[in-house]
Amino acid sequence: MADSQDRKWGMVVDIDRCTGCNGCVIACQSENNIPNNLEEHFNQRRAIQWIRIERYWEGEYPNVKARFIPVMCQQCGNAPCEPVCPVYATYHNNEGLNVQVYNRCIGTRFCANGCPYHVRFFNFWEPEWPDSLKNQLNPDVTVRSRGIMEKCSFCVQRIRRSTREADRDGVQVEDGDRGISPACVNACPTTSLTFGDFNDETSQVSIMKEEAMSNRGKKDGRGYRLLDNLGTETNVIYLKKVDESAGAVHGH
Amino acid sequence: MQEHTQLSQKQINDELLRDVLTVPKWWLPAVVGLGIVVATGLGAFSYMVYHGVGVTGLNRPVFWGFFIANFVFWIGISHAGIMISAILRLTQAEWRRPVTRAAEVMTVFSLIAALHTPLFHVGRPWRVLYWIFPYDFDRGIWPNIRSPFVWDPSAVGTYLIASSLFVFVCLLPDIAILRDRAKGLFVKRIYAFLCLGFRGTPRQWRLQTIAGILLSALVLPVFVSVHSIVSWDFAVLIGVEGWHSTIFAPYFIIGAIHSGVSAVAMLMALAVWLYKLDNYIKPDHFDAIARLLIVVATTWFFFFFLEWVYALYTLDSPEIALRELQAFEWPYGPLFAIFVILSFVIPVPMWLFKRFRRSAKIMFWTTILVNIGMWLERFLIVIPGLVRRTHMTFDWGTYHPSLVEILIVVETFAFVALGMLLFAKVLPLIPLFDVKEGVVFRHVIKVGRKTVPASIREGLPHHYYDKNH
Repeated sequence: MADSQDRKWGMVVDIDRCTGCNGCVIACQSENNIPNNLEEHFNQRRAIQWIRIERYWEGEYPNVKARFIPVMCQQCGNAPCEPVCPVYATYHNNEGLNVQVYNRCIGTRFCANGCPYHVRFFNFWEPEWPDSLKNQLNPDVTVRSRGIMEKCSFCVQRIRRSTREADRDGVQVEDGDRGISPACVNACPTTSLTFGDFNDETSQVSIMKEEAMSNRGKKDGRGYRLLDNLGTETNVIYLKKVDESAGAVHGH
Repeated sequence: MQEHTQLSQKQINDELLRDVLTVPKWWLPAVVGLGIVVATGLGAFSYMVYHGVGVTGLNRPVFWGFFIANFVFWIGISHAGIMISAILRLTQAEWRRPVTRAAEVMTVFSLIAALHTPLFHVGRPWRVLYWIFPYDFDRGIWPNIRSPFVWDPSAVGTYLIASSLFVFVCLLPDIAILRDRAKGLFVKRIYAFLCLGFRGTPRQWRLQTIAGILLSALVLPVFVSVHSIVSWDFAVLIGVEGWHSTIFAPYFIIGAIHSGVSAVAMLMALAVWLYKLDNYIKPDHFDAIARLLIVVATTWFFFFFLEWVYALYTLDSPEIALRELQAFEWPYGPLFAIFVILSFVIPVPMWLFKRFRRSAKIMFWTTILVNIGMWLERFLIVIPGLVRRTHMTFDWGTYHPSLVEILIVVETFAFVALGMLLFAKVLPLIPLFDVKEGVVFRHVIKVGRKTVPASIREGLPHHYYDKNH
């Protein structure tokens, strides 16, 4: 693995493999100290899910198909949320991550309005956990107070810990190492999510991205970015569903 | 064109200071009533700061709501001051004289009303100083100057300071008169302190005039900057189709002038009705401001039309979906119809008739309609813009304002009204010296066969008079 200055973290999401099981969502909630989303939170449209499974129905009864898209922060290379924050609570770090600094955030919610993917979440209330869950909060992750924004960090605490331990032992973090992969990637039972360094040409994500993006329009070129037309240069590549019944693959 | 009733200086002093030195009957009940509304709003504020932004109706993806719409509305109203006292002063429109102060005072109060909401609707209001000023350089973090939010406080702050100074400078001669006429030693002392020793020496007059002209010239850039920056709060967001438009800055400015000048016309009608100042604010004044309004409203409507054309021209499906939502879907559709009818379709054709232009009553009601419409305009930009139908259909949202938000929005209106009433109690709402100056400028003397003005105006070459008189 290259020097930390040259890394550019990214993810490849294979929608063809996604079964919509929500395992990644639960893993994310527990890894990142996200409070339990109760029914009222969903009714208020204030639930916090750093990664969510968007479910769409396609077709008319009886030929209805459920479609799933896991959506997390796309870690845009050209992020609409970054230039609008007056206090630099969100900025781009040198590993290609779009990071949120909770201490700086004052909660103007400008960034959240700017995000075309709606993956920024505002703490409308002070977070609460039932007593039984209080002892399992992750000590590596800040518990966010009321009034600030939060979002997927690609589990930056895991990246930091793995890098630190690898540096200590004088070794390189291996590509696809479970210690550095975000919780959602580790939890996915169908390996729909792949995490790695786009700047490392030999990493699995780079190979998948190269194959998926360079052959676009052909049978193998299943790659696309969410809302690519906005020019946000996201670091999450989606591979579209292989749907034989739909005929041509490029008809997404 | 204007009827020249000759008012003596004494009469001007007596009539314009009447309501400062005595208390009208309706004044106390009005102040108490407005005070109760303001107190309720402050209660709602404290409730929100204590419990958090959760008590509003905001959600994902509608992170801004009533507060921001109301903020844009009040910034818009505040453009009245600059339009009337700077632009009309520099272009020497005579009819502005009686209304300059009311417009400027309304500017100051509406700017403060505008600042009520954005500062307190952030998640952590107690940290708002990290955002506005002074910046917390101790932490080694500079403000992000790419963000329009850094420029908002500076533009609004500049405007507030400039307007307050302008009001104060123009007040000096009038406070001096009040000092001479006030009963009671204590009140006299306060006025004596406030007028900074103004005695009416030629040097003092010259300095006061220069300061007024300088302030109105220096504040001109603010005329375009404040609302441009406010519009960038919306226009920089590439992810919000309805907001991401280059026409937003001029569109917002002309909208601000539309609602601001309408508010001044409304104030003029109120001054005639409540304070019986019909010796000073005459049908001619209403006629002049209504003609200005026709131009402003038509220009605004042109920009409004262009905004729609630009949006629909993209043929971008979320953009078209947003326009459909704004214009046709419940509840925005009916509101949209009301907005267009109130802010253009009813008032502008009425203003085309001289009989309506010259009626204080008609002007009052039409300009009220304009401002109801312009509030709805801001609402229809902010809320449907976020409730929009994006490609990500999973995230379509909606928004219902909570009681807290409604109370605070009502509070801002009561606050401005209360501020104006309190101001009118202690200081004259119509500038005495400005009106007298207008009277003096109308004096003419005969030189041979030619009639020439009896006095020279500030800063004009002599040939100006040769051409115009």
